[in-house]
Amino acid sequence: MALDAKIPGGEMAQKWANYKDHAKLVSPANKRKLEIIVVGTGLAGASAAATLGELGYKVKSFCFQDSPRRAHSIAAQGGINAAKNYQNDGDSVYRLFYETEKGGDFRSREANTYRLAQVSGNIIDQCVAQGVPFAREYGGLLANRSFGGTQVQRTFYAAGQTGQQLLLGAYGALERQVALGNVTMYSRHEMHDIVKIDGKARGIIARNLVTGKLERYFGHAVLICSGGYGNVFYLSTNAMGSNVTAAWKSHKKGAYFANPCYTQIHPTCIPVTGDHQSKLTLMSESLRNDGRIWVPKQKDDKRKANEIPEDERDYYLERRYPAFGNLGPRDVTSRAAKERCDAGYGVGTTKKAVYLDFADAINRYGKTEAHKKGFQNASPETIIELGKQVVKEKYGNLFEMYEKITGENPYVVPMRIYPAVHYTMGGLWVDYELMTTVPGLYCLGEANFSDHGANRLGASALMQGLADGYFVIPYTIGNYLSGEIRTPAISTSHAAFEEAENAVRERIEKLMNVKGTESVESFHKRLGHIMWEKCGMARNDKGLREAIEEIKVLRKEFWENVRIPGEIFEMNPELDKAGRVADFMELGELICMDALNRRESCGGHFREESQTEDGEAKRIDEEFSYVAAWEYTTDGEVLNKEPLTFELTKPSERSYK
Amino acid sequence: MEHYNMNLTLKVWRQKNANTKGSFETFEVKDISSEMSFLEMFDVLNERLVNEGKDPITFDHDCREGICGACSMYVDGRAHGPWQKNTVCQLHMRAYKDGDTIVVEPWRANSFPVIKDLMVDRSAFDRIIEAGGFVSTNTGNAADANALPIEREKSEAAFDAAACIGCGACVAACPNGSAMLFVSAKVSQLALLPQGNPERKIRARNMVEQMDKEGFGNCGNIHNCEAECPKGISVENIARLNKEFLSASFFPEV
Repeated sequence: MALDAKIPGGEMAQKWANYKDHAKLVSPANKRKLEIIVVGTGLAGASAAATLGELGYKVKSFCFQDSPRRAHSIAAQGGINAAKNYQNDGDSVYRLFYETEKGGDFRSREANTYRLAQVSGNIIDQCVAQGVPFAREYGGLLANRSFGGTQVQRTFYAAGQTGQQLLLGAYGALERQVALGNVTMYSRHEMHDIVKIDGKARGIIARNLVTGKLERYFGHAVLICSGGYGNVFYLSTNAMGSNVTAAWKSHKKGAYFANPCYTQIHPTCIPVTGDHQSKLTLMSESLRNDGRIWVPKQKDDKRKANEIPEDERDYYLERRYPAFGNLGPRDVTSRAAKERCDAGYGVGTTKKAVYLDFADAINRYGKTEAHKKGFQNASPETIIELGKQVVKEKYGNLFEMYEKITGENPYVVPMRIYPAVHYTMGGLWVDYELMTTVPGLYCLGEANFSDHGANRLGASALMQGLADGYFVIPYTIGNYLSGEIRTPAISTSHAAFEEAENAVRERIEKLMNVKGTESVESFHKRLGHIMWEKCGMARNDKGLREAIEEIKVLRKEFWENVRIPGEIFEMNPELDKAGRVADFMELGELICMDALNRRESCGGHFREESQTEDGEAKRIDEEFSYVAAWEYTTDGEVLNKEPLTFELTKPSERSYK
Repeated sequence: MEHYNMNLTLKVWRQKNANTKGSFETFEVKDISSEMSFLEMFDVLNERLVNEGKDPITFDHDCREGICGACSMYVDGRAHGPWQKNTVCQLHMRAYKDGDTIVVEPWRANSFPVIKDLMVDRSAFDRIIEAGGFVSTNTGNAADANALPIEREKSEAAFDAAACIGCGACVAACPNGSAMLFVSAKVSQLALLPQGNPERKIRARNMVEQMDKEGFGNCGNIHNCEAECPKGISVENIARLNKEFLSASFFPEV
């Protein structure tokens, strides 16, 4: 099928305005008759459900957690970008757009990215109106910080809990619509399949996780807002329950899956300590504003960090990238850490870690404070004490979290960090209206592929989730639903619902009846191991081919030997997890296929065969300037290409030297 | 930091569902590393139970970073265990030593019925928020975010109240099963900000009314809630809620 992104005509800056001026509208009387299903209650899902409810649509909102407020957007720490230019430092919609394109290694669709930058300011206005307590200056105006090495200060934040505050704002708006009767909330419900009638998405099959019963829900349209698929790697910064099931089931019902190999590895996470590890914890990127990253110059150095003298430390980021130093983009910084550890310079018990050191910052801030206070000849101890106070004000909650997890005091000894899977840029293919290749089936937020190309900039995930939910879908969905006003609600006794529910039931029964000997957790770990080793920070032809074969074998083994305790009709977290891991295995294979197909390095996807002489990523624009959109068929996955065109930007080499 | 391994005895509350009676079950767990989190210790135990063909222990958890508010274990008589200002997912095993016995129960409160084992139903909290825990503003109506400056102190106080993760530890820690800290955190956040001002009276009234309807107990000024709150939400918020509620009751029209 030819992919039509339905990008409106006109100048880039006018496209979204043109679109809104001409999109079809639905009258209030008709909105009341139209039903919309929203799967997921993170920033994208909660903001969409709330806004569509406000508009008068009948919304059904689903989440697998016990409350919509727990969706994993809540864990985002650092901030949210917006081109407000409140700091008068030269920011603009164009600059935010350009940096997003460049940061994404010129692998995203310009029109979508431009729109994202255009609506970014509205998001901040909306959140402030809801009572989101962003950080403020003494004059009462909003504070900003720089993030991930941008040259302007455009990141809005609420201490290290920005995601939490934004999500609670959207959650409040959602609960308000629940109270008004415009949204019906289904917590502890997991979507198991899409129901299609005459080619259009018309509902879902969901499992009530408390009773285990399958339930049918009709909608004139279905929105998938289920987040990313980082847990395919087993260890990631995602929540334990984060999964790909809703997106994957949509894929199997006809929605193309785009660029699955674009996965983001975040450079500053707390390292793995052992086999028992269940998840990885991110330390906000903002730490790189003041921390210096280093490893010993000597291989396998057994000394403690503080015993290694200055001239025996290798500040490898400052050495390799003098212009950006410790503030380079995530993909570049992560790979540099891996390179040092692979070469034998890693630190800590596992040797899979590097130091993030605040000693210089503490000293620097301490001197400034001593000067401010008029202390002549302050002792080194006083300076350090004053400096620690400043660092505590800036990063106190992060330092506390680090100490809780590791038992080490980062004010005294350097933090140990290592890259971990964090975000997935790939996702369901959507057009400009956020519709997938299935009519009436939309995808928002991290679950879609649209805005970040091959690598996402820091503080842009929250921006995209809320842009999609608050400011894009409320306009674009009308364009589709205006054609549905003559479609009355379809009964869930329709044969298509029957058929979908039967298929879901059979699969659940099949899982329960395997009655093997190996736990779901064990299979998930084995999948994660394959993915991380062969499709992680660096990928090559041989490894990817091996991974595909190994996953095939693992899948077969899973369906022959998985053991799921308990019953179907009860709260059974092992069964829930089994369904998710089964989907991750299928996705894992597709990720490797996509990575194998893309014989260039770009953003989070580093192909070892495609690098410059000094080991930097090398894009191949003539061959790979396209979105890889995979179509699920009975004969396997088929590759479709959406060529990328560049009107405003000129793809250039990303240099951070 | 020196790491060590330990053997422990766990007494865990088991309950098949809301309609059956529960009881404690004792487990011996071996070779637990001091580097594990408390929930990872449960993962190890559950993995063993699955391998032995037994039913693993059900508990709520998701982010494991102390922010989603899902985890909810009552450990040795304390909500979220022995560490101050901490969720149980962030409790690490170095808090224990070889040979310790640990008793783990679900949140105990009439308004939080047990679903299974250590998992409870906290939907009452959602219904309290529905009653008024928001600013009634539709998308698309917002003025420029900097049009209205807000004093930094007030904004920070609002933020401190907004840090609530809705876990329910305050209710579990309270002998009366009161939800006052939870309700007061949201009422305070919005009462401190100009955006929340127009609705502050109706909000306080409606949220308190819903809280009572859900069967939460009365506040007895015991302050266990503050002591056990993983986010350190202050009982000053309860004082503010009382003020808001009284003002709303005595001067409803003003």
